[in-house]
Amino acid sequence: MTIAIIIILLVIGSIIFHFVSPWWFTPLASNWGSIDNTINITLWVTGIVFVLVNLFLAFAIIRYRHNKNRRAHYEPENTKLESILTIITTIGVAGMLIPGLFVWGEFITVPEQADEVEVVGQQWHWSYRFPGKDKKFGKVATALISEKNPFGLDSNDPDSLDDVLISSNELHLPVDRPIKVTLRSKDVLHNFAVPQFRVKMDLVPGIISYLWFTPTKIGRYEILCEELCGMAHFTMRGHVTVDSAIDHQKWLNNQKTFAQLQAAPLGDIYQGKKLFAACASCHGENGEGNKTFNAPQLAGLSQWYLTRQLQYYQNKTRGDDDRNPSGQQMQAMSALLPDENTVKNVAAYLSSLPTISPSPSDEKSPVGNAIKGKDLYTNCAYCHGKQGQGNYTTNAPKLAGQHSWYLKQQLLNYRQGIRGSNYHDLYGGQMQLMSKTLYDEQSIDDVIAYITNLTANVQSSQ
Amino acid sequence: MTEMTHTAIADQEDDSHHPKSFISKYIWSQDHKVIAIQYSITAIAVGLVALVLSGMMRLQLGFPDQFSFIDPSAYLQFVTMHGMIMVIYLLTALLLGGFGNYLIPLMVGTRDMVFPYLNMLSYWTYLLAVIVLMASFFVAGGTTGAGWTLYPPQAILEGTPGADKGIIFMLVSLAIFIVAFTMGGLNYVTTVLQARAKGMTLMRMPLTIWGIFIATILGLLAFPALLVSAIMMIFDKLLGTSFFMPAILSLGEAVDHSGGSPILFQHLFWFFGHPEVYIVALPAFGMVSDVLATHARKNIFGYRMMVWAIVAIGGLSFVVWAHHMYVSGMNPYFGFFFATTTLIIAVPTAIKVYNWILTLWRGNIHLTVPMLFAIGFIFTFTHGGLTGLMLGNVVVDLPLSDTYFVVAHFHMVMGVSPVMVLFAAIYHWFPKVTGRFLNTSLGKFHFWGTFLGTYAIYLPMHYLGFLGVPRRYYAMGNTDFIPESAQALNASITVSAIIVGVIQVVFVMNVIWSVFKGKKSGHNPWNATTLEWQTEHTPPRHGNWGKNLPVVHRWAYDYSVPNVKEDFIPQNVAPEQVIMMDDQDKHNEEKT
Repeated sequence: MTIAIIIILLVIGSIIFHFVSPWWFTPLASNWGSIDNTINITLWVTGIVFVLVNLFLAFAIIRYRHNKNRRAHYEPENTKLESILTIITTIGVAGMLIPGLFVWGEFITVPEQADEVEVVGQQWHWSYRFPGKDKKFGKVATALISEKNPFGLDSNDPDSLDDVLISSNELHLPVDRPIKVTLRSKDVLHNFAVPQFRVKMDLVPGIISYLWFTPTKIGRYEILCEELCGMAHFTMRGHVTVDSAIDHQKWLNNQKTFAQLQAAPLGDIYQGKKLFAACASCHGENGEGNKTFNAPQLAGLSQWYLTRQLQYYQNKTRGDDDRNPSGQQMQAMSALLPDENTVKNVAAYLSSLPTISPSPSDEKSPVGNAIKGKDLYTNCAYCHGKQGQGNYTTNAPKLAGQHSWYLKQQLLNYRQGIRGSNYHDLYGGQMQLMSKTLYDEQSIDDVIAYITNLTANVQSSQ
Repeated sequence: MTEMTHTAIADQEDDSHHPKSFISKYIWSQDHKVIAIQYSITAIAVGLVALVLSGMMRLQLGFPDQFSFIDPSAYLQFVTMHGMIMVIYLLTALLLGGFGNYLIPLMVGTRDMVFPYLNMLSYWTYLLAVIVLMASFFVAGGTTGAGWTLYPPQAILEGTPGADKGIIFMLVSLAIFIVAFTMGGLNYVTTVLQARAKGMTLMRMPLTIWGIFIATILGLLAFPALLVSAIMMIFDKLLGTSFFMPAILSLGEAVDHSGGSPILFQHLFWFFGHPEVYIVALPAFGMVSDVLATHARKNIFGYRMMVWAIVAIGGLSFVVWAHHMYVSGMNPYFGFFFATTTLIIAVPTAIKVYNWILTLWRGNIHLTVPMLFAIGFIFTFTHGGLTGLMLGNVVVDLPLSDTYFVVAHFHMVMGVSPVMVLFAAIYHWFPKVTGRFLNTSLGKFHFWGTFLGTYAIYLPMHYLGFLGVPRRYYAMGNTDFIPESAQALNASITVSAIIVGVIQVVFVMNVIWSVFKGKKSGHNPWNATTLEWQTEHTPPRHGNWGKNLPVVHRWAYDYSVPNVKEDFIPQNVAPEQVIMMDDQDKHNEEKT
C-alpha cells in the first residue's frame, strides 16, 4: 500500500515541482518560438502519459494487492487491448514527431537574406570573423595560423582582405536580422550555445558546421562552449551583444579588417624606450620591477600582453576597483600614452628587454612548497606553458621570472574579483574561475614557489 | 515442435567431470554459477569505486571550491571514470556476465554453458580489463578525463587530463573487455540456441532469457565498432595515423596529422553506444518481467508481444545511433531520419510498460522487496523513457542537448531504472544462489532510500537542464542567466546523492550478513514456475540437475491457472501431473 500512495504523491509532487520551479527556460531572445512550442507540445503529451501511467500503476497496486482468498486472473493476452494501446501510442508519438520535423526543416534551411558571421573556437576562447563589404569569407587554412595571422587567412585570396576580424570573446549582432553562424574550430570539438537563442551546434575541426537564428531582443547574452574541450572547458565563455542596426554598424566600422591588421606597423623600440623613461621610476631602469612601488617586472613580457594591459588601464577595464590603489595609479599613468602607436612602442621596447631573475633579497623567503606547487601548476601549464613561458594562442602571459609577491597579489585579486570582473576584460573571467581552483592561500604560495623555480630566462613566446 | 537432439550435454551425467580441488572449484572454475558470482563480485566492487567517484563529482558541484583535492582535471577524470565504469564494467558485466551466466543454463535447463572453458577465460579476461582500467589511476597524469565518450581530438591531445597515458590504458582496457565479452557472448547465444532442455521452445523461454539473448546479440554486433575505434585511436596516438585527426593546432602548436574525421569516431562510438543502452536495458526488461509475474502471481501479460517488442527494440537500436549527434555538426538532413527511427522505438518500449502494468492488473500482488524494486523500475523507467521522447525529437534536443537535462534523462533511464531491476533481481534470486533470503527489513530500507533518494537527485536535475546549465562544467562561476538558487538546488542534489550512496552500504552489509546468517529459503521460496527454481539442490550443484535433465511442458508463466490447486505450475510439470482443485477448493474459490 505504502508504495502506491508514495507513487501518487510522487506524481502530484512532480506536477507541483514543475509549476513552482523557478528553474525554467531563459526568456526567448530569438525567432525560435517554434522550438519552444514543440517543447510545450512534447511536455504536455509526455506529462499526461506520465500521470496516467503512474496513477494506473498505483491504482492497480491498491486494487490488486495480496489477498490470500483471491486468485489472480489468468489472461495470457488480449489482442484487442494491445492493438488499441499500440495505435494510441503511435498517434501520440506522431503528434510530437511531425511538428518537430517541420521545425527542424526550418532550422536547417537558412533564409537567403541572412547575414553571415563566422565563429572560431579554440581552447579556450572564442573569436569571430565578418565577411566584410564583399560579403564573402576569404579562404583559411590551419597551416597559415600564426601569431600575426590568428585566423589563418590566406592573404593571396582577394576575398580575405576585407574580412573583419574580432580577436575578442565579444560578438556584436544586429537585432531582427537573420544571421547564419558558420562554425570553425582550430583544435578540438567545441559547441556554440546561447541558451536565450535556443539553438546550438558543435564546432568540428576539419569541417564547417552552421546554425542560424534571428536575434529579437537587444541585450547581452552569454555564449557557452557546451562540448567538452579539455581541462578549462568550463571557462570557455563569450558574449554576444545584440544591438540596434545603427549601433551595430557603428561597432563594426570600428573593427579592423585583415588588410588593416596586416599593414599595421610593428612597435618602434627606439620610440618606446624614450616613452618608458616616465615609467622607469617605478618599474626600474630595465623594467625589472620594484616591490617598494608595487611595480611588477615588465622586461621580457610579450608585446601583445603589455599592449592589452595598457589598453585595459586606459579604458578603465583594469584597475577600477577601490581595493586596488596601484591599479588606479596605472590608469593615470597609462593616460600619458596618447594613442595606440605609443602603447605599441612601449610594449615593443619592453618585450625586447631580457627578463631579469629577481634578486633573492627582493623576495620574501619562499613560504610555499614547490613540490606541491608542481602538481597544482599542471592546470596552469596548459595555457601558460610548462616552463611558464606564456602562449599567444591561449592568451596567457609569461609567468617565469615574475616577482612572486606580484603573482600572489594578482591571484588574490582574481579570487576576490578585484581583477577580471569588468566584462571588457576578455580573459579575466577565465582567470577568476581558475584562481578559485587554488582553494587557499597555502596552495597559492605553493604554486608560486614552483613558478619561481622555473627558469627565468625562458624566451617569451613571441 | 521437432525432437531436439542432446548430444553434448545430456542425461546420465558422468561424475568424473566435477571439480575436485578448491582452486578448480572456486578460482579457475568452469562452473557457470561460480563464474557468475566472480563476475558479479568484481562488477559490484568496481561499481562501488564508480559510486565514490560520483560522490566526489557531486561534492564539487554542490559545494564548489570547498574540496582541495578536486581541481578541474580531477573533476573531469572522476566524470569520465564514473561513466565508463558504470556503463561497461558494472552494468554490462553484471547483467550479462553475472546474471546471464547464472541464469541462462538454469533457466533453459542445461548443465552449463556450452563452452565452459571459454566461459572461464571470459571472466579472467574481464578481470584483466578491470585491472588495466584501475591501473590508469596510478600512471603519470592519471586517468583520462576526456568524458566517457572519449571524443577525439581532445581525448589524445594535451589540454585534456590523462591524454598521455590514461587514455591508452582506457582504450586497451576496453579492447580487452570486448575480447572478454565476445567469449562470454558467443557462449550465451550458443547455449540459448543449442542447449535448451527438451520441450523448451523459443516461445516458452522466460523473458529474462529473451532479454539476455537479444542483448548479447546486440553486444556481439555493436562492440566491434567500439573495438575498431579504440584501436584506431591508439594508432592515431601512438603511430601517428590520422583516422580521427584533421590538421589542427594543439595549444598553439600544429600537430602532425591531417585529413582525419572526428565525426567518424562519433559515428563508430554511437553505433556501439546506442545498442549499449539496450544491452543494459533488455536484460533488465526481461528480469523485471519475471519478477513482476512471480510476485503478482499472474502470467506476464501479452507474452508474445513482449518477445516481439524485445526483438524489435533490439533491431531498431541499430538505426537510431545518430540521435546522440543531432548537434555534432553531421549532415543536418540525418536529423529527419534519426528522429523518426528514435520515436518509432518508443512504441514497442511503451507497449512493454503497458504490459508490465497490465500484468499487475487483476494480479495478486505480494509487495516483497523484489516487487518493490520492480515497481520502482516501472516508475523510474517511465519517467526516463518519456524524457527520451523529448531528446529524441531532434528540434527539442537543440536547447536541451549538452545540458543537465541529458544527464538527468540518461541516469533515470539507464542508471536508476536498470539498477532498480538489478536490485529486484538480486533480492529475487539470492535465495537460489545462497539458499538464504536477504534480510527484508534492511531490504525495504534500502529500497525506500534508493528509490526516493534517486528521484530527489534526478527530478530537479532536469530543471537545471531546462534552465540551460551545461554538462561537464567544473564550476559555473558567475553566469548571467543562472540564478543563485540553482546553486542551492545543486547542493540539495549533492546531499541526496551522498545519502543514496551511503544507503548502498546497507545493501552490501545485508548481502554479507545474509550469506551466512540469512533466513533459510528452501528450493522455491517464491513459488515460481521457471526451471531454475526446480533444481534438486539449492544452491544448485555443479551440473545443475540430478541424473536427468528437466523436460519442459509449458511456458514460463502458468500462474493462477483456473481450476488448478496451486497458484503456479512449474515449467517441468507434465499436464498429467497437474493437481486440479477438488470440490472443497472450488467452494472456497467461489466464496471469495
